[in-house]
Amino acid sequence: MNGSKKTINVKVNGESYELSIKPKMTLLQLLRNELGLTGTKQACMDNSCGACTVIVNKMAVKACSVLAMQVNGKEVTSVEGLASRDGKLTPLQEAFLEHSAFQCGFCTPGKLMSSTAMLEEMSDPTEEDVRRDMEGNLCRCTGYVQYLAAIMAVVRQRKEGSK
Amino acid sequence: MKDFEYFSASSLQEACSLISQYKDVGKVLAGGQSLITLLRQKLISPTCLIDIKGLKELDYIEFDKKSGLRIGALTTHRAIEKSPLIQEKYNVLSEMEKSVASVQTRNWGTIGGNLCSADPIGDPAPSLIALGAKLKLVSAKGERIVALEEFFTDYFTTIIEPDEILAEIQMPPPAPNTAVEYMKFSTIEAGIKIVSTSVAITVEAGSDVCKDAKIVMSAVAPIPLVTKKAAEMLKGKKLTDDVIEEAAKMAASETDPTSDVHASAEYRKEIVKVLVKRAIKKAFEKAKKA
Repeated sequence: MNGSKKTINVKVNGESYELSIKPKMTLLQLLRNELGLTGTKQACMDNSCGACTVIVNKMAVKACSVLAMQVNGKEVTSVEGLASRDGKLTPLQEAFLEHSAFQCGFCTPGKLMSSTAMLEEMSDPTEEDVRRDMEGNLCRCTGYVQYLAAIMAVVRQRKEGSK
Repeated sequence: MKDFEYFSASSLQEACSLISQYKDVGKVLAGGQSLITLLRQKLISPTCLIDIKGLKELDYIEFDKKSGLRIGALTTHRAIEKSPLIQEKYNVLSEMEKSVASVQTRNWGTIGGNLCSADPIGDPAPSLIALGAKLKLVSAKGERIVALEEFFTDYFTTIIEPDEILAEIQMPPPAPNTAVEYMKFSTIEAGIKIVSTSVAITVEAGSDVCKDAKIVMSAVAPIPLVTKKAAEMLKGKKLTDDVIEEAAKMAASETDPTSDVHASAEYRKEIVKVLVKRAIKKAFEKAKKA
């Protein structure tokens, strides 16, 4: 039948799920509506703002523009999956807090996911690299300076730590 | 978004057979970075999607000195941007990819999907045309090779048949004494592009004389515009500032842009003239060293 449900297997924040979903469901709907993971935000819904950014197999993607069917067999990390189970925050999360890298906070989960993926990929990005790579995450309160400072603080921490 | 039936193809052959079966009601889904938005906005409502994103056999970047570059249609923008091979031999593509949408879109979106969506402001088409790209289109009935220059027919429209799938993008080996430059103008760095141009210049070895030229302009017509007159005019001429200025004027006069919220038609025409001039100059300087 047209639009009939299909089964997918997906790992989200380390947990394996078998889910029966309509093919038109986006990854964003899967996270928020099926799994109750509302940390991933729904905003522009047209692949522009980056508020819904999550990590799929180590790559940052916009969950509003990926069909849930396409993450079948893949590993998804949302903002809920960053901190450890005992609540210990990642260095990026700590730095975002320390630098007040948000105003309303709506874009923060997306920014955390983009910057987490970026720091996995690049060991020592310059400020220019960070600006460029974070272009896909908009902030309507214009809180760009603080999160840039937060990310660069983590980059410096890592460099000092590896010495 | 309306409901649709969904198939995930496990091979190109299976994808071809599915699309030949569902060609009247189906759409091919690659990365979906344009398609999902169109579905959500109900601009299109296919009753069936054939998902080819998982086909590893169409995800590759290969180079051969004689035959040139072959990029599988499902190679992501990000893979092209980061490919050492492309950075070394077709650097304009890697540089161009850096300005395609956002990292997230480049991570999931594919080069083939981008070309098939035929958005007149798409970034890859102008540079690929300037590099002489050809496309391999396959169907259950066979395959054909078409020049990318001939691929687009109108806004969001291509010559691809409903039962065909874009499988590969092919480019000749880098030509000697030749450089290709891509320039794009937008009012904010990551914003919607106002206009762009890609220019290929070949010089006579050891001279300032232009042997061959190709000028492609984008977002100034329903399809990427290849200017014949301006390119012809450059051939055999010494590329002085006056000649370059004249060519840029001619190129801009061939455009037929529209006005929208981002820029007026007049503004686009003016800006594309400046961009073409700069791109010819830069390509010319690089070609002399190539």
